[in-house]
Amino acid sequence: MAQDDKQLIQEVTQSEYKYGFITNIETETAIKGLTEDTIRFISLKKTEPEWLLEYRLKAFAKWKEMKQPNWAQLKIPEIDFQEIIYYAAPKRKKELESLDQVDPELLDTFNKLGISLDEQKRLSGVAVDAVIDSVSVKTTFTETLSKHGILFCSFSEAVKNHPDLVKKYLGMAVPPSDNFFAALNTAVFSDGSFCFIPKGVRSPMELSTYFRINAANTGQFERTLIIADEGSYVSYMEGCTAPQRDENQLHAAVVEIIAMKDAEVKYSTVQNWYPGDKNGRGGIFNFVTKRGICKGDHSKISWTQVETGSAITWKYPSCILSGDNSIGEFYSVAVTNNHQQADTGSKMIHLGKNTKSTIISKGISAGQSQNSYRGLVKMTKRATNSRNFSQCDSLLLGDKCGAHTFPYIEGANKSSIIEHEATTSKISEDQLFYCQQRGINQESAVGLIVNGYAKEVLNKLPMEFAVEAQKLLSISLEGSVG
Amino acid sequence: MKIEKNAIPALKNIPHWFDIVSDKNGNSFTGLRAYRQSAFEDFNRLGFPNKKMEKWRHTDLSASLSFDYSLATQDFNMQDVLSDVFECDVHDLESFVVNLYKGRFVFKENNLFTLPKGVIVGSISAAFDQYPELIEKHFGKYGKTDKNAFHALNSALFLDGLFVYVPKNVIVEKPLQLINAVGASDDVFVQNRNLIVLEEGSQLTLIHCDDSYNYKRSFTNSLTEVFIGDNASLDHYRLQNINNNSTLISSLVVEQERNAQLSTNSIILNGGLIRNETYTKLNGEGANASILGVYLADKNQHIDNQVFVDHAVPNCTSNEQFKGILDDYARAVFNGHILVRKDAQKTLAYQNNANIILTDKAVINTKPFLEIYADDVKCSHGATVGQLDENALFYIRQRGISEDNARMLLMYAFAADVTQEIKIDSLRDRIEDMVKKRLRGELSICDQCVLQCSSPEKYNFEIDMSKI
Repeated sequence: MAQDDKQLIQEVTQSEYKYGFITNIETETAIKGLTEDTIRFISLKKTEPEWLLEYRLKAFAKWKEMKQPNWAQLKIPEIDFQEIIYYAAPKRKKELESLDQVDPELLDTFNKLGISLDEQKRLSGVAVDAVIDSVSVKTTFTETLSKHGILFCSFSEAVKNHPDLVKKYLGMAVPPSDNFFAALNTAVFSDGSFCFIPKGVRSPMELSTYFRINAANTGQFERTLIIADEGSYVSYMEGCTAPQRDENQLHAAVVEIIAMKDAEVKYSTVQNWYPGDKNGRGGIFNFVTKRGICKGDHSKISWTQVETGSAITWKYPSCILSGDNSIGEFYSVAVTNNHQQADTGSKMIHLGKNTKSTIISKGISAGQSQNSYRGLVKMTKRATNSRNFSQCDSLLLGDKCGAHTFPYIEGANKSSIIEHEATTSKISEDQLFYCQQRGINQESAVGLIVNGYAKEVLNKLPMEFAVEAQKLLSISLEGSVG
Repeated sequence: MKIEKNAIPALKNIPHWFDIVSDKNGNSFTGLRAYRQSAFEDFNRLGFPNKKMEKWRHTDLSASLSFDYSLATQDFNMQDVLSDVFECDVHDLESFVVNLYKGRFVFKENNLFTLPKGVIVGSISAAFDQYPELIEKHFGKYGKTDKNAFHALNSALFLDGLFVYVPKNVIVEKPLQLINAVGASDDVFVQNRNLIVLEEGSQLTLIHCDDSYNYKRSFTNSLTEVFIGDNASLDHYRLQNINNNSTLISSLVVEQERNAQLSTNSIILNGGLIRNETYTKLNGEGANASILGVYLADKNQHIDNQVFVDHAVPNCTSNEQFKGILDDYARAVFNGHILVRKDAQKTLAYQNNANIILTDKAVINTKPFLEIYADDVKCSHGATVGQLDENALFYIRQRGISEDNARMLLMYAFAADVTQEIKIDSLRDRIEDMVKKRLRGELSICDQCVLQCSSPEKYNFEIDMSKI
C-alpha cells in the first residue's frame, strides 16, 4: 500500500467521537447490586402489577442459573453484575404535557444531537418517544396516532393502561430464559417502548425512539414490544448516541416484534453509542436480544441496522418465520474502529411453508478492531419450498484489524434452497485508481467506495435515518471525507 | 468437558489398553513412552468429545461409543488374513500397496522396505527402531494432542501405521496405496498412525483407503501427519467405504513449506459415522492447498467434514470444494475454517460447500467460516443447500431420457466437479463408476463391499439411443 494511502486511512480512522458530552440531570438511582430486593424495588417504583413482579422474579431465578455466554468472537472484560445500578430515572415532579415542561438541559442534549423534539415534531412528522436513561420523558404525537387507534407509549404506561396486551405478548418472541442477557433484562428492565398497530391500520408516520444512556454506572435495560395486528404496517426507528465517559456501561436491551397475518414491520436502527477512545478505554457494552415472530401467514419483518458505536456489540436481530409465506429480512452495516469489537448477524428460522429470508451484511473494520458476522439459517422439515439468500461482505481497512464470518446453515427438507456467499477483501486498488484517474482525490475516492459498499443497506433505511446514517459512517470512518 | 466414565462403555478399556500398548511398542525409541504418557493424560483431561462442544455440535458419538470394543494387539502375517481382503478392485491401477488390518501392519517377510532412490515405505513401529532420526524430526510435531481428544487418544494407543519417507528431489512415479481394512469376528477399536515425510522437491501420490469387509462394528481413529518440504508435492486421496455399523475418525494434519503443493480429495461413499478432519498449515510462501471432497450418504449415515486451513505466511493460496448428496435419513456436517493470520498478506482463499437434499428426512449442517486478521487478502466462501435443477431435468427429459436417468445424470454431474479432479486415470474411472453405482443404490446393496465386487465392465446409462 502506498504511503499516502496508509496515512489517509489513519486519518480517516482516527477521528474522535463527536457526540461525547454529559447531561447533568438529577437522577434517582437504586442501590448498586442485583438481588431480589432490587427487582422488588424497581417493580415498586414503577407501581407494577403483581404478575409482572413474579415474571421478573422468575426470570431472575433463571438468570442466576445461567452463565454469561463466551462463544462469541469477543473479548469481554469481566462484568461485575453487583456493581451496576439497575434503576435510574430522571427526577420528575409531575406528568409532562408540553415541551416547556421538559428539562431544558434535556432539550439541549437533543439539540446537540440535531434531533430536538420540537424540530422532529414540526418538520418530520415523526412521533418521538424519547427515553433518557430508563424512564420515558416525553411522548409526542400520541393524539394523531390515537386517532388511528395506534398505541405508542412507554412500556410502563402500557403496563398501566393496556395490561392485557402486555401480558399476552410479553416474552412471546424472547422468552425470559432465552439467553443470559435476555433473562437479565427480563428481571430488571426499567422501561422502553410499546407499540400496538390495530387490524388493517397503516401507521401514518414513522415511529421513532431515541435512546440515550446517561447516569454514570447505570446499566440500561430497555424493553421494546411491537405488535402489528392483522394487515397492519409500521416502520419503527431506533437511534442512539451516548456521552463520552471512561467507565464501561452495560446495555442489555430486548426488542420483541410480533407480526400477525399480512402485517409488516420495518425496524431500523442507527446505533452510535460511545465506542471507547483510541486506546480502547471506556465505551458501551451492547448486548442486545432482538427477535421478531412472523406469526401469521404472509407477514413480514425487516431489520435494518447501522452499527457504528459501542465498545462491544453482541447482537443478532432474528426472525422466526412461523406463518406460511412469511418474509424475514436483515440488512446490516457494522463499522468497527480502534479497539471496537462487534459480533453481530442474524438468525432466520424457517418454520412455515414458502417462507423467504434475505440477509445482507456489510462489515467494515478499521484500526485494531474485530468485526464478526455470525448468522444462522435454519430450514425445518415443515418449511417446504422456502428460500434464503445470504450475503456477507467484509471490508478491511488497515492491517491490524480482523474480519470474521461464522455462518451456520441447516437444511432439513428437500424443497428449500439456501444460498450463502461471503467475501473478505480490502478496498480494491483498481477502484481507487479508477476514481483517481477521473480527478477524484484519494480521500474522496475512499469515501465514495465505502459509501457505495454500504449503499445496499443504507438504501433500506427510512429517509430521515439514511441521512444520519451516512453522517455516522462518515464520522466513524471517513473523517473529513463526505 | 468430560463425560461420566461409566456412561461410555468404550472408555472403560482404555487405561488397560494403554498399559498394554505402552509396554509393547517402539520402546527402543526414546521419548515415545513419555509422548504416549502425556498424550494419555491429555486424553484423560479432554475426554471423548460431546455435542456440547462447538466442533461436535452436530455429530453425536454416543451411539458409536456405546459398544464394548476390543483392541487388536497381535501382529498379522499375510497367511492369517484372508488373501482376498486386500484385493484392490481398482482395475489397471498400478500401485505399491501397503495393508493394514485392524490397525496392524500386514506383511509378507519384511515390514519396512527401501525402494529405489532411497524411498522408505513401511510400518511406523519398525521405523521407530530403524530410522529414529527421521521419526524424531517429524513424529508428533503436527498433531494437536493437547487440544484434540482423538489426536491424544491416537498418540496414546496407536500400535502401527504407515511410514513414508521420500528423499530430496525424488519423484515417486507409482502411487502408493494404503488399505486399512476392518472387520473380523469381533468389534474392533483401531488406532492407526501414519507419518508421511516429503523432502524438498519430491513428489508422492498416496491413496488412503478405509474399507470394511463384513458387517462387524468397528471404531477407527486414524491420524496421518504429513510434512511437505519446499517445492514438494503430495497428491492425496481418501477413499472411504465402510459398513453402516462402523465409525471412522480420520485426521490429516499437514505442514506445508515454501511452494509446497497439497492436493487432497476425500471420496466418501459409505459409512456409519465418518468424520474427516483436515488441517493444513501453510507455513512457507507460495504454498498451495487444494482440499476437495464428495460425500454420498443415505440410510442413517452420518458424514462430517472438518477443514481447517491456516494461512500463516503471505502469498499462499487455498481452495476448498465439498459436495454432498443426501438421501433417506442421512445427515451431513461441513465445517470449513480458514484462518488468515496477521501479516499473511496476498492470501487467496476460497471455500465452497454445495449440498443436494433428496428427502425431507435428510439434514445438512454447514458452517463455512472465515477468520481474517490481514487486510490485503481475497477470501470468499459460499454454501448452498438445494435440489436438482428442475429446468435442467426438464431439458434432459425433453430429449427422451427417462426421469430416473436424468436425475442420475444431474447428480453424477454434480459430483463430477470433485471426482474429475482425480489425477490418476484408472482411479478416476473407478471412482466415477462407483459414484454411479452408489447413486443407483447398488453399492449399499452389494454387501457394503467394494472389495468383493469385481465386475470389471463399465456401467452404461440406460439411454435408448434410438429415441434421441
